[in-house]
Amino acid sequence: MSTFLARRLLQALVLLLIVSMIGFAILHLAPGGPLSQFAAGGDMTQADLDRIAEQLGLNRPLPVQYAEWLWRMLRGDWGLSYRDHQPVLHIIASHIGATMELMLTSTLLAMLLGAWVGILGAIKRYSLFDSLATIGAMIALSIPTFWFGLVIIYVFSVGLGWLPAGNRYTIGDGSVLNRIHHLIGPCIVLALVSTAVWSRYMRSSMLEVVNQDYIRTARAKGVPERQVLLRHAFRNALLPMITITGLHVPTLLSGALVTETVFTWPGMGRLFLDSISYRDYPVVMGILMFTAVLVLLGSLIADLLYGLADPRIARNG
Amino acid sequence: MIKHSDGTTRSAFPMPALHRRQFLALGAGGFLAASGFGASAQTKPAPPPPAKPTGQVVVGLSQEPTAFNPLMPGIEVDETVWMQVFNTMWLADPQGNLMPDLATEVPSEANGGISEGGLAWKVKLREGVTWHDGTPFTAEDVKYTLELINAPGFKARTRVGHALVKDIVVKGPHEISWRMEKAYAPYLALLSNTFIVPKHLLEKASDPNTAPFNGAPVGTGPFKWGQRTPGDNITLVANERYHGKGPYLEKAVLKYVPDQTALYAQFRTGQVDLIIGTGIPANFYAEAVKLPGRKIVKIPNASLEILMPNLEHPALSEKAVRQALYASINKQAIIDVIFYGLHKPTESFAPQESWAYNPNLPQQSYDLAKANKLLDDAGWKRSGSGVRMKNGVPLEFAVSTTTGASLREQCQQLMMQDWQQVGVKMTINNMPAAVIWGEFYTRSKFQSLLVGTAFRTVIDPDPASRFASDAIPAKNGSGANQMQWQNAEADALMKEGQETFDQAKRKAIYWKLQEIVREELPILPIYQYVPVEGYKEGLIGYEPNINARQNTWNMGSWYWAR
Repeated sequence: MSTFLARRLLQALVLLLIVSMIGFAILHLAPGGPLSQFAAGGDMTQADLDRIAEQLGLNRPLPVQYAEWLWRMLRGDWGLSYRDHQPVLHIIASHIGATMELMLTSTLLAMLLGAWVGILGAIKRYSLFDSLATIGAMIALSIPTFWFGLVIIYVFSVGLGWLPAGNRYTIGDGSVLNRIHHLIGPCIVLALVSTAVWSRYMRSSMLEVVNQDYIRTARAKGVPERQVLLRHAFRNALLPMITITGLHVPTLLSGALVTETVFTWPGMGRLFLDSISYRDYPVVMGILMFTAVLVLLGSLIADLLYGLADPRIARNG
Repeated sequence: MIKHSDGTTRSAFPMPALHRRQFLALGAGGFLAASGFGASAQTKPAPPPPAKPTGQVVVGLSQEPTAFNPLMPGIEVDETVWMQVFNTMWLADPQGNLMPDLATEVPSEANGGISEGGLAWKVKLREGVTWHDGTPFTAEDVKYTLELINAPGFKARTRVGHALVKDIVVKGPHEISWRMEKAYAPYLALLSNTFIVPKHLLEKASDPNTAPFNGAPVGTGPFKWGQRTPGDNITLVANERYHGKGPYLEKAVLKYVPDQTALYAQFRTGQVDLIIGTGIPANFYAEAVKLPGRKIVKIPNASLEILMPNLEHPALSEKAVRQALYASINKQAIIDVIFYGLHKPTESFAPQESWAYNPNLPQQSYDLAKANKLLDDAGWKRSGSGVRMKNGVPLEFAVSTTTGASLREQCQQLMMQDWQQVGVKMTINNMPAAVIWGEFYTRSKFQSLLVGTAFRTVIDPDPASRFASDAIPAKNGSGANQMQWQNAEADALMKEGQETFDQAKRKAIYWKLQEIVREELPILPIYQYVPVEGYKEGLIGYEPNINARQNTWNMGSWYWAR
């Protein structure tokens, strides 16, 4: 087990290095630079821009800049934002809460809803419900997130006035109820795709399990149907979901990017977009590495849990 | 996404020495009457301010303030915070007069504050001012601020003017003096935008670039730093020990809503109390003026929308070509059709409200015949394809601007059609803001740009960093003359203008300079910006100030009518 872990961690480190190299190269090779935001107005002269570029190390060769960045990163110094003049870790930390709030709620919603739809669809295969669920999932998967977000805002905020049109809370009112009210819209949007994915996986996984011998045996022994489904079928059908959840993290993050923009949600997704448009290299690299770690961690945990849940798959060295 | 870098949000302009009545007599005064702003304030006497700070105001911004050390690089919207938390030694009021703030009077040759031909400066400072943490403010803080700007490792936003300051001497707790390397009149204006920072907090930091102060600033201003929810809002709280009038509001919230349409929607539904800065999009203006309980105001600022030619381009380098292009721009159509008539046509690089503005410049008129004649006379012959040629050079160039600025894209279409009629081929080469305003702009790699920008030094009419021959970055200059304009007569005038403190003399200099620029057309001015701001009825004290960079300049004296 520990060898497995060590091997996986080593792999992860190599992957992170590659991710950082590619990310750094793409970001710096893209035209434009962080000083462009100051250059536009003409308040700052070329001498000022040159001096700041020198102070930020932007005029050094790219490999040198990368090496410097990597060395600082390895010592835990993620650098300072060019825009905020704040430590990158501090900036990420200040945005992570909003994103987590959104992601955890929508994931929970999607898991419960997706599992329920999937199981029901599998049990009542080819019923009206199953057909509707299938069609619904297909539609949900093909709807563009930003468009769906705008529709939600248009119908429920502008039209009916039931939901706020955006923001995390009303200024001057930070109550839990107010926050939940603001969470509904973006949560529905973010959960939509996940629910569709989950329900499809859950359905097929359940179908596979339901036809296994041990289920037939259980039924033959006269175990009540409800117990057969919940205790035997559902538990086993959940196994593949562990992996899917782990691998689902990046999908959620990219969904949050769009959703946060539409709903003016002050999270990581918006921060990422803002930082890219300002060419705030340290923050973009910080978010990139943070996300990469999250993704790798997600799949590692999924693998470990999988092993724990199903001893047949557990590694033996 | 509307970013500051598309240049549309610039404001501030040179100090006009106009009195209120003259100011209103100018065309600019029209906005006050037309919008109802000022009128209602004059007819109904405002109720008195509350005895102690009460209530809150939510200011909607479409850009996020992120830099809080007022000496470090930041964008214009950051000043909404700096203006509340910090003070300058003096600042410009809406009439263009410099009013003392941390200083007791604005130094001048008349009061002896500036002597020896502009080389020796002496400033007396206000007593009894305290920093938000209770420490007294002294001349040491001013000295520290001026020295920090020039400190080698410090990421100062700009050292223009400051680099000339030498031998700073603290003559007493509330008196300071220094010498200038050369006479430089715009330094008064530069200091009106130089916020004083606390020595006792910043000198303790091992590196002022990374000091905790930069994330939680401490100043002398009417509002203290409260808290920031990044990506969402900044809350400022009343400084009850403030040395000036007010503050009357207990809290001021600067709310960031990145999308301008969403911001307008939140203004309409009342989630934000006012919209400043980038303002209400032109296409919502007609609807906005009808909103109940909202006041909508048009406020001219110092920025110009111009076509910026690269004078090293083989065709654009010729004066006759620029004059022909200028004659064949249908300015009025651009303003009326695309910008709903909001902006005002202009011929000058100086804002029309400035004391340095020359109103006698020749008026551009849309005249295709004139353009054709100019080009014919200059030897640009029509070729088979309809595009004019001269010495094998086709009259063809690209106009670049920020991708996503849809109104500008429409402008490009109009210009393209007009120019096609006179045998000029224009192509469109738009790119994202971070690309356009990078080396493409700073190193003059464009052929021409459609851009909103200002030509002045903070609020002084001096445009030397934009027009002087030694300010061309592509030729190792240190300024921002991206057009690459070189003109010896203009150079001499700008030098003289910097060294003269006498406003009448300076006015004559800048009038002449405007004539030269209008004749040579290193920039093709299209219009002066008149953005639209709006606020909730009942908010008292909001006063547009075209000499301030943001109209939160006097937020300390705002309050709600009860």
